[in-house]
Amino acid sequence: MSEQNLRNFSINFGPQHPAAHGVLRLVLELDGEVVERVDPHIGLLHRGTEKLMESRTYLQNVPYFDRLDYCSPMNQEHAFCLAIEKLLEVEVPRRAQLIRVLYCEIGRILSHLLNVTTQAMDVGALTPPVWGFEEREKLMVFYERASGARMHANYFRPGGVAKDLPDQLLEDIGAWCGSFLRVCDDLEELFIENRIFKQRNVDIAVVTLEDCWKWGFSGPVLRGSGGAWDLRRAQPYECYEEMEFDIPVGQHGDCYDRQVVRMEEMRQSTRIITQCVEKLLARGAEGPVLAPNHKITPPRRGAMKNSMESLIHHFKLFTEGFRVPAGEVYAAVEAPKGEFGVYLVADGTDKPYKCKIRAPGFVHLQAMDMLCRGHMLADVSAILGAQDIVFGEVDR
Amino acid sequence: MANEQNEAAVAPSDHAAALREKLQALSERIQAGFSQAPVSATIAWDELTIVVAPAQWIASLTFLRDIGFISFVDLTAVDWPAREQRFDLVVHLLDPHANLRVRIKTVTDESQPIETSSNIWPAANWFEREAYDMYGVLFSGHPDLRRMLTDYGFDGHPLRKDFPMTGYVEVRYDDAQKRVVYEPVKLPQEYRSFDFLSPWEAAQYDLPGDEKASKPG
Repeated sequence: MSEQNLRNFSINFGPQHPAAHGVLRLVLELDGEVVERVDPHIGLLHRGTEKLMESRTYLQNVPYFDRLDYCSPMNQEHAFCLAIEKLLEVEVPRRAQLIRVLYCEIGRILSHLLNVTTQAMDVGALTPPVWGFEEREKLMVFYERASGARMHANYFRPGGVAKDLPDQLLEDIGAWCGSFLRVCDDLEELFIENRIFKQRNVDIAVVTLEDCWKWGFSGPVLRGSGGAWDLRRAQPYECYEEMEFDIPVGQHGDCYDRQVVRMEEMRQSTRIITQCVEKLLARGAEGPVLAPNHKITPPRRGAMKNSMESLIHHFKLFTEGFRVPAGEVYAAVEAPKGEFGVYLVADGTDKPYKCKIRAPGFVHLQAMDMLCRGHMLADVSAILGAQDIVFGEVDR
Repeated sequence: MANEQNEAAVAPSDHAAALREKLQALSERIQAGFSQAPVSATIAWDELTIVVAPAQWIASLTFLRDIGFISFVDLTAVDWPAREQRFDLVVHLLDPHANLRVRIKTVTDESQPIETSSNIWPAANWFEREAYDMYGVLFSGHPDLRRMLTDYGFDGHPLRKDFPMTGYVEVRYDDAQKRVVYEPVKLPQEYRSFDFLSPWEAAQYDLPGDEKASKPG
């Protein structure tokens, strides 16, 4: 065959590929087995969340956030609630703050457990996801016991959380923390130190810290490259300031470091959960879990049985919703996958004028071309897994 | 316990005051650094918003990148159909070393392109594609201005305020043709948008008999 007849080979990776972590279509241009160009086609899970939100009240919009990154639902609700609270200038009661932090960290473990163990599956190990999912199942039961739903919780509300937690649940969460640290040890022994896992991940998709900032990376991907940046520390929200935890940072910026950072973050999250449980069970920690302003938060059931005013407030809140003063805010949280931000423009009515959801996965996926160039075809799924992509939030 | 709560109550306000001071200093620095003064620079809800003219867009962004806003956070548009230049283009930036955020805005319309910022931060690439897809904002010099999230061959810009929430077409799998077919949206019932915007407090006028309540004794 003459020189001119050689051309690159294009293949479709997905949209129905088990290692695509959802519905991603990657158009890969290959030179032999080496990736020359990657063109991700996204939007196959686009549901128009931002459009739908513009015609629903603020309270009705909270559940949409569960459906973005469905691996850690409450973390997204948190960002939306923070944005609304910023505009309304509402103070969240301390007990609600503790509960929020507790469940955000449970969400972080949920997400990391899924990502780290399925990464092992993407590179050939079958046992880790089975072990990881067992723990996820227990965490989802904690979700269910707090909110009634295993995934789409709708538990965080502007001004606090929907319901208080029973002491028994807190004790069970505390007991789970101890056993989970042993599971972390097991998982690390199982695959983090594994030769094949290292061969497939070490020195794959190395990114410098400078590039990380330029590409807008955040979360474990940024920290894997050595950036000591965590919004829980840098721009603390809720009561993260009183929590003791460390921020693990990688050195090499490769896929392996990202996963090691995630493993360590799970241990740190467990530390935070333990502290939250202690504080919530301490004497004198009882108190309201919703701001007392009933123009924003619904009155308690009991009050509605005795007070006409409470009943009216309840009715008005769930038909009309509350009004948010005109203005624009950006609220961000350190979601498990990185900086999850909500840019909210309010026009003084009961519905958001515009709500832009800044998903970390969207930013991380866009760098696929830069990351995959020059790597082998088999590395694509490892790189994709280490970027921690979930299509609920990428496509919105 | 009481001590701890006190600390927690004091600390955030200290933070807020320090942040406000830093933002004020940043605002002055930016206004001095721009070759042409920005249209406005305001601090609200502890966030700095800078509005610049479309012609100054790239120069302003480059300046911000050079003074430390190395991380690109977000780009989006906001549609205000009543205005002559209907779109606000909004960019959020982060300076991780000074731990500051800034929001920078400009205005445009359906036909006037804005110069791309993907040469400054590669991260802007997809965000601009999304803004083009969702609002129809045009970017000049963009390497690859294709649609981002909507279907292949989609028509229209869904996040514009004059685009109906239901869209214009719906898809279903046609068993006879063995493929997915597009059809105009058919709603069994018209979409009803209720206006619940009644005032929280009751009527402002006196209802008959109300005067008795305010009467002494």
